[in-house]
Amino acid sequence: MTTTITEPAGATAERGIRFTDDRRPPARPRAGRAGRAVGSIAIGFGLLVAIVLQLLPFYITVTTALKPRSDLSSQWVLPGDEWYWQNFTTAVDRGHILGAIGNSALVTLVSTLLVCALGALAAYPLARRTSVTNRLVMVGIVGLIMVPPLSILVPLYTMMNQLQAVNTYWGTILVMVATQLPLAIFLYASFMRGLPLSIEEAAAVDGASPVQILFRVVFPMLKPVTATVVILTSVAVWNEYALSVYLMRSPDMRTIAPAIGTFFASSGSDLGAAAAASLMSVVPVLAVYLVLQRYFIKGMVAGAEK
Amino acid sequence: MTATSSLTLPQRRRGSRSSASPRFARRSLNLFYVPALAVLALFTIWPLLNGIVLSFTNWNGYSPGRSFIGLENYGRLFADPIFHTALFNTFIYGFGSTLIQQVVGLALALALDRAMRGRNVARAIIYLPVLVSPVVMGTMYYLFFSYNSGGLNDLVVALGGERTAWLSDSNTAIALIVLVNSLQFVGISMVIYLAGLQSIPVMYYEAARLDGAGALQQFMNVTVPLLQPAFATSIVLNLIGGLKLFDVIQVLTGGGPGYSTNSVSTLISTAYFDNQTAGYASAMGVALFILIAVFTLFANTMLNRKRLELQ
Repeated sequence: MTTTITEPAGATAERGIRFTDDRRPPARPRAGRAGRAVGSIAIGFGLLVAIVLQLLPFYITVTTALKPRSDLSSQWVLPGDEWYWQNFTTAVDRGHILGAIGNSALVTLVSTLLVCALGALAAYPLARRTSVTNRLVMVGIVGLIMVPPLSILVPLYTMMNQLQAVNTYWGTILVMVATQLPLAIFLYASFMRGLPLSIEEAAAVDGASPVQILFRVVFPMLKPVTATVVILTSVAVWNEYALSVYLMRSPDMRTIAPAIGTFFASSGSDLGAAAAASLMSVVPVLAVYLVLQRYFIKGMVAGAEK
Repeated sequence: MTATSSLTLPQRRRGSRSSASPRFARRSLNLFYVPALAVLALFTIWPLLNGIVLSFTNWNGYSPGRSFIGLENYGRLFADPIFHTALFNTFIYGFGSTLIQQVVGLALALALDRAMRGRNVARAIIYLPVLVSPVVMGTMYYLFFSYNSGGLNDLVVALGGERTAWLSDSNTAIALIVLVNSLQFVGISMVIYLAGLQSIPVMYYEAARLDGAGALQQFMNVTVPLLQPAFATSIVLNLIGGLKLFDVIQVLTGGGPGYSTNSVSTLISTAYFDNQTAGYASAMGVALFILIAVFTLFANTMLNRKRLELQ
């Protein structure tokens, strides 16, 4: 009798998945086959235009960087016979680009570490002890996300001058930490509120102190949100220009974005060298993006959606 | 940079779970946020407050002497045509970029939500410029726009047009700045809308189709309303980014020709370092902060209210 089952179990299961799967793209409504084909071609063409547009500045920069100034051929064509590497040496010698990459690496690394440590630490009481004071502190911190860097330029630069923090790593790092902390605290607090309280309570019953709970129980659970914070912070600090251009003024202290900006302004008509410098600044980010692309987009979305 | 779409007080949960365990109620737990608050207080809050004080002075930025001149700097803001231009441009940069990014970002998200070959590569490429410093992106586009050797002029000439000094005309320059900023960050809107699209259950579309809805009707009555949270996030983010625009302008035009392409941000830098009017620059800083706060909170409230109505 059991053989009358006509449908294999797998089929029902599949149908079940289908029904609840919200990841499946919505099926297209019935249009003529020709109409659908035209639609697909139009969409494909639009996407192609978008992709070409997004790659265009990179392509133009590559062709410009590989030609001497005397080469008057169009930016659209790559140099035919020989690639000209002199622009890169100019960028390194006069633009101090390699030193700037080193400075940026240091500032980005330390700032990101500090943002994660201070951010996670600060978020814990704000997430778990929702007194009136703490809720106000939280709103105040989140409100700081809106502060545009240039709106505090005058008082900040004045203060940094008085503290003799201009042209120092520690000064720039602390300013970078301050600009990135509000978002990090917000992300950590949102994530912590979603963690089950029972685990921490169990640890408390076992006699763990709040410090032990935080370090031994909570911190190990923060890996996903920490990935997001690390990505958002390191990209923002690596690319920061508006404040660091004023805080890092001496050529040997400049981070990469100010170095490109000042080199570009001073190199005048030497577009080849400016192009070479730009490429060198993009390569580290590009390399990391190629390897961790999936995490980048995921992390950015998580950061934006909270 | 992100996060402002839920600028609301964290709700105290029913039965106040925070006091479930006496250990979590301990006030000493608050010590954990003291280091972060100290950094924020010194490097953000203190400058913010100090900026308000400075905005009431005639300080030149370097000499020790300064005197309080009341609201004079703010009066000057209302009378200064250069500031008016910068303010107007700031709105164009902010709203122009936001508009383009929503339209293009949503279109790209809809196109790349379909199952197709190479869609991950396409997403990654469109998103790529987000990771580049705006200064570098500006430099790259500067090469493209340059008069003699620029690729854009080569293209125009090839099509039978004349070489144009794209960045010497303020209207063209402003349009190009908006375009460069929009293209660079359109990837953010795209991924937010992609995430939004993926959170819409397919059964809503199936139900709509059963009721005889066409493609456009499905889009208007299912997709658009259910994307409301994504709209809120994306619009608020783009608005903040556009209204504080600085780096791209510095590289592409430096605020020129004359003062015609300045945003409030670039004008602050000029007023402080070039014109030595630090007091006036502080007043502009206060104005910029208020402007961004007002627009962000307004957009946030409006968009979130709409979301509530839908539920």
